[in-house]
Amino acid sequence: MTTTLDRPRSGGVKALYAGNARAVVGRGLLATRSTNWIIVLTGVFEPIFYLLAMGIGLGSYISGVTDARGDQIPYAAFIAPALLAVSAMNGAVYDSTWNVFFKMHFGKLYQGMLATSLGPLDVALGEISLALLRGAAYGTTFLLVMQALGLNLSWTALLALPAILLIAFGFASLGMGITSYLKTFQQMDWIQFVMLPMFLFSATFYPITVYPEPIQWVVQALPLWHGVELVRGLTTGALTWAMLVHLGYFLVMIALGLIFTTRRLRALFLD
Amino acid sequence: MPAPVIVATDLVKKYKDFAAVDGITFEVAPGESFGLLGPNGAGKSTTMRMIGAVSTRSSGSLSILGLDPNEHGPAIRSQLGVVPQQDNLDTELRVRDNLLVYGRYFGLPRAQVAARADELLEFAQLSDRAKAKVDDLSGGMKRRLTIARALINEPRVLLLDEPTTGLDPQARHILWDRLYRLREQGTTLVLTTHYMDEAEQLADRLIVVDKGRIMAEGSPASLIREHSSREVLEVRFGSERNATAAADLAGIGDRLEVLPDRILLYAHSGEEALAEVTRRGLEPITSLVRRSSLEDVFLKLTGRSLIE
Repeated sequence: MTTTLDRPRSGGVKALYAGNARAVVGRGLLATRSTNWIIVLTGVFEPIFYLLAMGIGLGSYISGVTDARGDQIPYAAFIAPALLAVSAMNGAVYDSTWNVFFKMHFGKLYQGMLATSLGPLDVALGEISLALLRGAAYGTTFLLVMQALGLNLSWTALLALPAILLIAFGFASLGMGITSYLKTFQQMDWIQFVMLPMFLFSATFYPITVYPEPIQWVVQALPLWHGVELVRGLTTGALTWAMLVHLGYFLVMIALGLIFTTRRLRALFLD
Repeated sequence: MPAPVIVATDLVKKYKDFAAVDGITFEVAPGESFGLLGPNGAGKSTTMRMIGAVSTRSSGSLSILGLDPNEHGPAIRSQLGVVPQQDNLDTELRVRDNLLVYGRYFGLPRAQVAARADELLEFAQLSDRAKAKVDDLSGGMKRRLTIARALINEPRVLLLDEPTTGLDPQARHILWDRLYRLREQGTTLVLTTHYMDEAEQLADRLIVVDKGRIMAEGSPASLIREHSSREVLEVRFGSERNATAAADLAGIGDRLEVLPDRILLYAHSGEEALAEVTRRGLEPITSLVRRSSLEDVFLKLTGRSLIE
C-alpha cells in the first residue's frame, strides 16, 4: 500500500499474514496429542449412533423414500449423507467455537501468538485447518461405516470427502468469527440453540418438500441444508445441477468467514 | 552514534475520548536499557503494546528498528521479544514444548529452535523442568519461562511489561540477575515498572510517566539529583499528630511532604535535619534517614506516590 490515509492503519496482506499457518496447526496437533485426544474420539460415535437408531432401526418401518432423481432408496441411505454432513459441521463448530473460546479468554493463546511474526490470518487459517482435520477424520470414519453398511450407492461417494471438508471449512471460518464476539459461557449456549434445530430441520431426516413453501425458503437459506443436499447427491449418485449452487454457497461462506474472522482477530488483538 | 532502535514522536493512543497515551516522545539506543516508570494506569502498557506492534497509534509517529509498525507488524515482531504483564504461556503444552512451538511461530527451522530451547532452559534455570506441565511451575519459574520464550528468536529488543510484579523477593532477585546478564550481553531492554528499586536496578535511562505524559527523563541518578535532595528524613508522629507536627517542622531542609502516615523532610543531610527536629522539641515516634529514591522524584513531580 503506497496510498496514505489520514489515519494510520495496518496496511496490506503483509501486516495480516506471514504465510506460517502451519506453525499454528503444529501447535494444535501437539496440544491435542498431549491433552484431549479422547474427547476428539468421542465425536466420531455420535452420528454413527444416530445412523444405527434412526436409519437402521426406525428406517425398517419407512418406505417410499427417493433420491433427487426420484429413484427409490433405503431410508438409511437417505439420512446417512445428512448425518455425514452434520458430523463435519459438528466437528468444525466444536473446534472453532468452544476451543477457540477457551483459548481466547482463558489461555490467552492468541495474544501470545500475535506477539510473534504471525498475523491474524495465520492464526485464523491455522485454527480453521485444525477444525478441518477433525472434520475430515470424523467424515472418513463415517464414510467407512456407510460403506460397510452398503449405504454408498455410487462411486461418487468418494467425492463426499472433499465435499465435507468444504462444509467443515465453511462452518469453521464463520464459527471462529462469531465466537470472537462471545464473552461468557451462557452466550456460548446460543450456538447450541442454533445448531440443534438446524440439525433436525435441514432435510436431514425427511425431504424438504414436507414443509410449506415459506418454511422451505428459510431452510434453504441455512448452510446445513446445502451441505446435506450436496453430500446426499454424491453418496446416492443422483447428481443434479443444483449441487453447483450448494458448492457455491460454501465457497462464499468460506470467503466471508475468513474475512470476518481475520478482521475480528485484528480488532481484538491488534487494535 | 548508532541509529536508535525505537523513535517515538508525539505518540498518542486514544480509546474513544480517553487518551491512554497523550503525546510522548522518546528514543531508545541499541544496547540501552530503557525504563518507563509510573503508577498503574499511567499508559505504560499501552505504550509497550504500540512498541510491540500489536496496537495501532491514534496519532504521532513511531519507528521500531527503522520500520513503521502500521505497515510492517510481522516484520517488526519477528525481531522483538515480548514479556507481557500477565504470563500467557501455553498451558496445554509442556515447558520445553512451549519454547519449541513459540520458535515455530517465528518460522524458525526446527533444529535451530531445539538447540536454542535447550540453551534458554539452561539460562532460565529450568533445564530440570523441561518436561513439566506449565501449571506445575511456581510464579517465578513461569516468569523465567516467559522470558526464555521471548528470547527464542534472538530478538534485537526485549520488551518487559512489569517483569517482577507479583513475585516474592527471592524470585525477583533471581529474575533481576537474569535480566542483568542480558543487559551485559548487549540486549536492548525496554521495561515498564512501578517499582522504583527495579527501575534503579535495571534501567540506564528512564522516563517517568503519569496520565499518559512524560514528567521527567534521565538516568535514575540524574533524576534524583535534579528533582530531589541527597537525603530524606522520614518521621512519624502517629496519624493524628502528623498534620500539626508538620507546621512546626516548616523550614527544616529544602522541602517537606506530608503523607497520611509520615512526614518526609528533604535535606542534604538527614542527620542534621533530625537534630533540628529534636532541637525544636518535637519527638517523632520513629525516624529514618535514607538516600533519595525515584519514589521521591515521582512524589515531587506528581504529588502522589507510585504504589497507591
